[in-house]
Amino acid sequence: MTLKLGVPSKGRLMEKTFGWFDRHGITLTRSGSDREYAGSVSGIDGVDLVLLSAGEVPRELASGRIHLGVTGTDLVHEKLPLWEQQVEEIAPLGFGHADLILAVPRFWVDVDTLDDLDAAAAAFRARHGHRMRIATKYHRLVHGFLREAGVADYQLVDSQGATEGTVANETAEMIADITSTGETLRANHLKILSDGLVLRSQATLWRSRTAVVSDQEKAALKALTDRLQ
Amino acid sequence: MASRAETLAEAARLRAGFEAAGALPIETPILQPAETLLDLYGEDIRARAYVTSDALRGEQMLRPDFTVPVVQMHMVQGAEPARYTYAGEVFRRQEHDPARASEYIQVGYEVFDRSNPGAADAEVFALIAQAVDGAPLRAATGDIGILMAAVQGLNTTPARKAALMRHIWRPRRFRALLDRFAGRSPVPPTRSALLASTEPMADAGPAIGRRGPAEIAARIETLRADAAAPPIGATELNALESLLAVRETAPFALAQLRDIAVDLPAIGPALYRLEARLGALAARGVDVDDLDFEASYGRTSMEYYDGFVFGFYAERRPDLPPVATGGRYDALTRQLGKGTEIPAVGGVLRPGLLLDLLGGAR
Repeated sequence: MTLKLGVPSKGRLMEKTFGWFDRHGITLTRSGSDREYAGSVSGIDGVDLVLLSAGEVPRELASGRIHLGVTGTDLVHEKLPLWEQQVEEIAPLGFGHADLILAVPRFWVDVDTLDDLDAAAAAFRARHGHRMRIATKYHRLVHGFLREAGVADYQLVDSQGATEGTVANETAEMIADITSTGETLRANHLKILSDGLVLRSQATLWRSRTAVVSDQEKAALKALTDRLQ
Repeated sequence: MASRAETLAEAARLRAGFEAAGALPIETPILQPAETLLDLYGEDIRARAYVTSDALRGEQMLRPDFTVPVVQMHMVQGAEPARYTYAGEVFRRQEHDPARASEYIQVGYEVFDRSNPGAADAEVFALIAQAVDGAPLRAATGDIGILMAAVQGLNTTPARKAALMRHIWRPRRFRALLDRFAGRSPVPPTRSALLASTEPMADAGPAIGRRGPAEIAARIETLRADAAAPPIGATELNALESLLAVRETAPFALAQLRDIAVDLPAIGPALYRLEARLGALAARGVDVDDLDFEASYGRTSMEYYDGFVFGFYAERRPDLPPVATGGRYDALTRQLGKGTEIPAVGGVLRPGLLLDLLGGAR
């Protein structure tokens, strides 16, 4: 059997991943038409390319269906409980930088820290009869972060896209989302809490700790990691 | 490991024991409306309980414990005084420790009685102690009511007291608040700038979302009032910190707390209750001279308890969760009672763990 390497199947993340491997003498190519998710590997033996969505990479690594995979730190930490036991970080790839942050309306001039947020949440709940809603798709990470900080009287509402718009639409009072430049936040009149950085994320190459590895695959893995040094 | 059949048999035996002590056996549904639990505990319960849903009833939770449904049932139809016992599965989501069970059997005993809180506390503790007798366990006890009385009695603003009360069960934030109210932590520069500004909303951007300008103005007022209030005094602060650190056998703990009450006189009535409870425990044959008391016990795990708290732990197995826990939850009956309330105290134990520790001795 061959070593399976999972790589995001489209967009800039795929192109930059291809570029990164290319600089290490390994050429990844997506074969056929743009719609076909098949690919090939040259420059190293015994490695197969598996193209899949970045969001699926953590699960595939955890189940051991792929040996190696490229995806963001945010997705691994959010989707895999006890992620350290399921995957090992082999190399940060130096692109796809994004921060998971807490952001509130810019006009909340009284809220700059988690301490402020907690006090504002208490007053909000007393006045409106429901907890302050935070729109996010990173439920585990955000809850863990806020519990650690001792923030209470909030609730998480699920938002899988256009999260920055939820405040103006009044489906949430604030958001927890990924940002790289902060431009979308500014355009939506939101600001980042000064101590509201939940996680720094970047595209990373991971190794599955659960995948079964044959001798042949072990050799391919060693050849690959040697190449990446 | 005890089999499910053995655990169920032990649960039935324990429940029969509680029935013999005067409790009415009751059942509660496994599916509980999520709204009540979420309203009480927020996101923490969502991380701990299994949530499911259907189109008709909306979000439901697999019963994470019996206390809330038992209190709700009692508040609707209970006679007074009342004693209840129950046995059945509870469900807990486990995301961090694969060794912890996500489904296990719990047996409980709950007392709703206005007449003599100390005696009711002692009754629950003694019955649970008797039920786990023979297993190598150590009891831990505490009293959240003493800490709450200390906070209520601080010589500071009602807003500060309310903020501290809200975080009794989150020791880290409690500590951060205390440091701020005592003037020990620096004021964040953004806050100083906000308070110094004559027109704080000048460059604020559009008012979006449901939290409106009036709420922001109100909070700025609160912050100004807080900045003008004097810090909590060193004497009170030291006394509160000594209180949090009390960890002794019960009679020595009581003596230390009496000493602390010189600087925090508001804890006086709570200390009388502790003394009455110790007397009631001794009357029920509990060796109070050897009973551990920790003033901070129950602050991290038992968020609805607001008075007496206790737990029984396997001394040589720190990896195991407590075999039994319990305490007083008067405030919970107030929150669920829609205008009515009743003093309540109860305890639960895990027959499966108990059998494992007894190793077939029963």
